[in-house]
Amino acid sequence: MAIQFMKGNDAIIVGALAAGCRAYYGYPITPASEIAHAAARHFPALGGVFIQAESEVAAINMVYGTAGMGIRTMTASSSPGFSLKQEGLSYCAGAELPLVVVNVDRGGPGLGNIAPEQADYFQVTKGGGHGNYRLITLAPNGAQEMCDLTMKAFDLADKYRNPACIMADGITGQMMEVVEIPEAKPVPYDHSSWAVDGTPATSKNLISSIVLEPEELEAHNLKLDRKYKEIMAKEAIAEEYRTEDADLIVVAYGVVSRIVYSTVDQARAAGMKVGLLRLVTLWPFPSEAIAAHAERDVRFLAVELSTGQMVEDVKLAVEGKAPVHFYGRCGGMVPEGAELMDEYRKLMEGVVNA
Amino acid sequence: MKVYEKAPSFYEVFERKSGPAKQATHYCPGCGHGNVHKMIAEALADMELTSRTVLISPVGCSVFAYYYFDCGNSQAAHGRAPAVATGVKRANPDSIVISYQGDGDLAAIGTAETIHAANRGENITVFFINNAIYGMTGGQMAPTTMIGQRSTTTPLGRQEHLHGNPVRMCEMLATLPAPTYIERVGLGNSKQIMKTRKAIRKALKIQAEGKGYSFVEILSPCPTGWKMDPEVAREWVSKEMEQVFPLGVYKDESGNVDEGSWDRTFKPFDTDEVNTYLQRMKTSMTEGEDVVLKEDLRCKFAGFGGQGILTLGLFLSQIGMRAGRQVSWFPAYGPEMRGGTANCSVNLSNERIGSPLVDEPNVLVVMNQPSLDAFEKTVPDGGTIIVDTTIVEGKPDAERLNAVLIPASQIADEVGTPKIANVVILGALAAATGAFTPEFCMDTLRSVIKKKNLIDMNMEAFQKGYEFVKNM
Repeated sequence: MAIQFMKGNDAIIVGALAAGCRAYYGYPITPASEIAHAAARHFPALGGVFIQAESEVAAINMVYGTAGMGIRTMTASSSPGFSLKQEGLSYCAGAELPLVVVNVDRGGPGLGNIAPEQADYFQVTKGGGHGNYRLITLAPNGAQEMCDLTMKAFDLADKYRNPACIMADGITGQMMEVVEIPEAKPVPYDHSSWAVDGTPATSKNLISSIVLEPEELEAHNLKLDRKYKEIMAKEAIAEEYRTEDADLIVVAYGVVSRIVYSTVDQARAAGMKVGLLRLVTLWPFPSEAIAAHAERDVRFLAVELSTGQMVEDVKLAVEGKAPVHFYGRCGGMVPEGAELMDEYRKLMEGVVNA
Repeated sequence: MKVYEKAPSFYEVFERKSGPAKQATHYCPGCGHGNVHKMIAEALADMELTSRTVLISPVGCSVFAYYYFDCGNSQAAHGRAPAVATGVKRANPDSIVISYQGDGDLAAIGTAETIHAANRGENITVFFINNAIYGMTGGQMAPTTMIGQRSTTTPLGRQEHLHGNPVRMCEMLATLPAPTYIERVGLGNSKQIMKTRKAIRKALKIQAEGKGYSFVEILSPCPTGWKMDPEVAREWVSKEMEQVFPLGVYKDESGNVDEGSWDRTFKPFDTDEVNTYLQRMKTSMTEGEDVVLKEDLRCKFAGFGGQGILTLGLFLSQIGMRAGRQVSWFPAYGPEMRGGTANCSVNLSNERIGSPLVDEPNVLVVMNQPSLDAFEKTVPDGGTIIVDTTIVEGKPDAERLNAVLIPASQIADEVGTPKIANVVILGALAAATGAFTPEFCMDTLRSVIKKKNLIDMNMEAFQKGYEFVKNM
């Protein structure tokens, strides 16, 4: 049995090692610290690099250094620390560096608390730092996916030469589940045409995000934009459960999608045709999967651990063709199944939650 | 006359530079950057280091250093060059990594990166151009601007009580144990320039020999920022700046450290090695057998911290995993920690598990009174509640619930230690739910308990708990 019972946070490092990640730079923060603990154990044991950086800012810039060599590298943090990384992520996106950053979302704003939230959705999916850029963002909802989607994030980062983000939440990071240990395979990307790794072969290359002339910087931005449009066209992923005949489609991601999943059959048993549309990628946002349902007589309900962020993208996808409702908890409060059932009932009776 | 040649480590034509003047630098007349660039380029060429060098350009006037140096180049965010340099050097210890920084970059916005790269003894070379002013951004105060010196943000001159004193980086860094070589040199006259040339070469040699962190501060003129003629500016370096920033060697351990003593190792990705390593992470449990549950177990375990509540959850989870079930374990976390209780939610299911949180447990274990008060009401009618009566005084509603009252801590104490009350409870849980046979549970425990000398005691505790319930 190549399985182990492990925390989601630990599974991230298992996935990273299998993906060929060789250097981890990070700063401790609850509830993401187990990721750094696992990295500290495993990276040096395999001849890789682990550095506890002096700050989140330094950590993402160490990542910038290694990523610029075309070597797989990562950092991980939780909301306040993720905020600090934004400068570096903007530089990484501008210089088109492949890397993985993990955000185990906790309560905000400010110091907030250490409990789970999804209120970093805007920061993660809309750019976060300065300038026109996006993070490819995957949202695991269990320990196996913490491992598997981390591997996928490295591939997407390499494929598009862009930072990729694992957007988790405190619960998905802290919970333990059975994880099948993945197999490491060679990295099928050759970065020698652009990387700078301190060897003669790459000594003519340049890693930079500065483009002084406005015409050239516009061209650079448009090139990035074409890349982002390609990612939007090709890489969006959603999972659906009993949506085909649903009167109410609940859109959720991360731990919330697990809670909603628990309620779908229950709601059906109570006579309410509820379905779940779970987002695996937050950016690119699976707009088409949502829009595909909007043409028929259906309502949408966005449920998230925030005061309403992801719901905006649901509305954009639906384009006003169907009602879009919102239910959120925040500050570390997590909706219980019964609470969601009450919400479904209200909506199915036509009582709109304004 | 070699002095007038373009150093071979410079590009012949500066193609990366915009505008028509592809053979001139962007620096102002009389600027010190040109001198320092040339001395570095010559050193790299003479020492045959160019092709494996990565030069980290900072933000500031030298942001465009990559226009000129015919080596690997990486342009960093403001102040972050030492962190970027760390990321390069650690992932290729054979590279030569230069962090080239100005005073704002190194001693203001990047102070933390500067100090910590030095403190780790990164085997890199830092060239610090101190010209006591922000040049690129328009002549503002630098951390090294001198008392009385006018700048666009100290129009009346820098004053100690308003703006602080000029920061002396060599002196600060020399207090750290790790750095190998720290020297301050200047460009005030040709004698100083010759010393600068020597210091640059020495610093690069230390890195090339794996002898550790080297830092060379170069007092450098900025005629534009200082609003002086180039000649006057040169004089100002030696007459004024030197008073505040004395030249000299602040630390030199290069004669005392062995070659290679600060080299780190880095291994590229080796799939076989990683796979062997990952396989060692897999569970040490013996092969189990599929056990189909009559009913999903939605468990909440609650008590004081230190009673082994979380471990109880882990043991049950591992039994479930060995039985081929879907399993989730989630510890009390954030707002769920009420009244000083520790608790965890455990789900065992034949099907995919939805929420890992257990709001309405069909099995509740309480090992202290606050947990009984908090969670009894969450158990649906007919659910099982297991209470450690050694500790909990209150009684659950035996009419509504399947109440299992067991003096678990007392039994554990009789077995050997109250610390294994959680295993007594596990035995009681196995008996009360009938989900797994005692043999299956005990086999699992045997293979997951790490301290082998404690296995017998745990087996006895489990059996006592199991039998207590069977005999109820």
